[in-house]
Amino acid sequence: MEKLIPLHHLSLGSSGEVRQLTAAGHTRRRMMDLGLICGTRVAALQKSPSGDPVAYEIRGAVIALRSQEAAGIMVKADGNGGIPHSEY
Amino acid sequence: MSIKPEPGRQMIAELLKIDLNQEDFIVALAGNPNTGKSTVFNSLTGLNQHTGNWPGKTVTTARGKYVHNDKTFILVDLPGTYSLSANSVDEEIARDFICSGVPHVTVVVADATCLERNLILVLQVLEITNQVVLCVNLLDEAKRKGIQVDLPRLSEMLGIPVIGTNARDGVGLKDLKDAIDRVARKGMTLTPIVAEYGDEIEKQLRFLQPDIQKYVKNGVNSRWITLSLLEKDPGSMECGANDTFFKEALPQELTDSLYLVRQSLQQHYPDPERLHDHIVAGIVNRAEGIAKEAIFCKKADYNDLDRRIDSVLTSKIWGIPVMLTLLGMVFWITIKGANYPSQALASGFFWLEERLTHFFLYAGWPGWLHGLLVSGMYKTLAWVVSVMLPPMAIFFPLFTLLEDLGYLPRIAFNLDNYFQKACAHGKQALTMCMGFGCNAAGVIACRIIDSPRERLIAIITNNFVPCNGRFPTLIALATIFIAGGMAGHYQSLVASLSILAVIVLGVVVTLAVSWLLSKTILKGLPSSFTLELPPYRKPQLGRIIVRSIYDRTLFVLGRAVIVAAPAGMITWALANISVGELSILQHGVNYLDPFAQWLGLDGFILMAFILGLPANEIVIPILIMSYMSTGQMIELDSLQALRELFVAHGWTWLTAVCTMLFCLNHFPCGTTLLTIQKETQSLKWTGVTFLVTTATGLILCFLVAQSARLLGLA
Repeated sequence: MEKLIPLHHLSLGSSGEVRQLTAAGHTRRRMMDLGLICGTRVAALQKSPSGDPVAYEIRGAVIALRSQEAAGIMVKADGNGGIPHSEY
Repeated sequence: MSIKPEPGRQMIAELLKIDLNQEDFIVALAGNPNTGKSTVFNSLTGLNQHTGNWPGKTVTTARGKYVHNDKTFILVDLPGTYSLSANSVDEEIARDFICSGVPHVTVVVADATCLERNLILVLQVLEITNQVVLCVNLLDEAKRKGIQVDLPRLSEMLGIPVIGTNARDGVGLKDLKDAIDRVARKGMTLTPIVAEYGDEIEKQLRFLQPDIQKYVKNGVNSRWITLSLLEKDPGSMECGANDTFFKEALPQELTDSLYLVRQSLQQHYPDPERLHDHIVAGIVNRAEGIAKEAIFCKKADYNDLDRRIDSVLTSKIWGIPVMLTLLGMVFWITIKGANYPSQALASGFFWLEERLTHFFLYAGWPGWLHGLLVSGMYKTLAWVVSVMLPPMAIFFPLFTLLEDLGYLPRIAFNLDNYFQKACAHGKQALTMCMGFGCNAAGVIACRIIDSPRERLIAIITNNFVPCNGRFPTLIALATIFIAGGMAGHYQSLVASLSILAVIVLGVVVTLAVSWLLSKTILKGLPSSFTLELPPYRKPQLGRIIVRSIYDRTLFVLGRAVIVAAPAGMITWALANISVGELSILQHGVNYLDPFAQWLGLDGFILMAFILGLPANEIVIPILIMSYMSTGQMIELDSLQALRELFVAHGWTWLTAVCTMLFCLNHFPCGTTLLTIQKETQSLKWTGVTFLVTTATGLILCFLVAQSARLLGLA
């Protein structure tokens, strides 16, 4: 089985593909409004001064998400882009 | 021939002050935030526009008109939204207007540098109406980034006219007007693409749509409304139809079959969220498919420069210092630059006052008339204009420049973590920025926050950001009392740093009060937060100056002048009509004084804040007039004279600090209170705002005054 990581574990500068959205209700709808659905490509770009939120590239736009929201987005990282779950 | 429009359409039209019986065409302007929609609106209408609440920004529906091919087109600028799913007030406004049947044409403005995401909204609008024109804006930016848009192919795939523009240079606007004109006159038949949702949903749509069609209002797309009815909770017996879209209630048999259809769909999509996902995915995948065929990107790293700027402006080390430095510089330029023109205006007004007084004496008019008109009204107006106009005329363009560059969302990004800890919304930082101009505008800007709880927190705390009505007071006090002893250059530097400290304090108070509200009367956890960091844009200097002077400076100044004129007369009357030994004002002052002393203020200052409720701009002129009426007449033509007047009335540095604190933390002005009432639809929350802000000021002033006295500092 392929290894999925939550989006906020995607290391800066690397990218991946959304495989699963675990958020529900309003948050889920907001994500979808931005075009964030299964199969969407994302890249982690920049941390804010305090480390959270993080800015991601989604469909050509730069969107900042708090780790709370990003935790509900499971991605398949390209190559070794993510921090393995076991380290947490 | 004029047909009487149906009630719902009529209502929306009346709300927007549009006369439906006229021959004019009505055009709705929709689009994602940050697509240059406002620029398209401004370029099309010029200065021929009108906004209900706050001009310049699309926080509310601005209207404007232009004439093209002998027809008048009324343009309604809708709030910028990502979707029409009505998750927020703005989305609801946009959706309701588009499907109300009022607009003859809906123009969707899209950002060429981020077209794929923008297409999602385009496809959603196309579900509601056929009469759509797509305006692909910012083509020059796209070109610079190596993004090529095949407009004819896009038009062919979407089935609607697609016009490329660079609205800020006026490029493509004529074509856009032509396309709107053709669609409005129905000179071309549009067959836009229809997003498809798979066999199961399509089958049910075909089954229900014809029946539902009979009950929906004219102009509302029945396929779209049927789809949104299918999406409702399958367990619910209610049909979910409301009178926004329907002429009359659906008959029982139709709601029954709707219920059955939902039940059967539930077999395929056990989780209602899965059904919604499926529908959204239909649109998003369609947008992706179109983007693949019509948009070509030459460089993979086209956003490289933006990323490099962001890596400084939002970095761990530089993010906050750069932000503070930028703000400090804005204040320094404002204070330094406003100094001379303020002096010049003041001496001019003072000269004219002398001439007016001579004229009154010469004409033999009574002293009380001179008092009311010259000492009361004229002097107050002269203060408001000479002290407010120069700083505003400098501050607003600078602030608009930061806004135009795309820096404000970065402030929200930098500060979000603090707001998160205060259980508030990160976009509150944006609404605070709007509050710098005018708190009423800041309160309206809170519409961008969808969660009602966090929106209320942002509304209640917006007043902790000093608006332009309070800046002059803060600047004047900081200049004469805190930086008073400094030599020339250092004076404005120290004054700027003091103002910066006041702002930082305002932010700290905002966070503390937000946190306190979240833990008490507005309990809850932070809701979802998504913030777009739009590409940095080359600012348009000409437009910045026009917009900030015309829309903001003159607007705020005009409002202040309207309030200041009668307030000046009333204050003069209060200060000069005696009851017993003392004037009415003096009675009030004496009553307030013991309490005010506890706060480090005096009765006059507290009275001035209370009389200044209609507008913060008039607090200092009221104070000056009250002091003057008790004896010393000073030729008040410089800040130095102001200092002497205040010191003569027992001011120390502590009085100045407490007055500045109370200026930052007290009840919102009348306009802001009315706006809060309008936005929250609740007297309770307006009252809460009044109490929370005032209590904060009282507590802070009390603590500072008492500690300073206890420590023997004052």
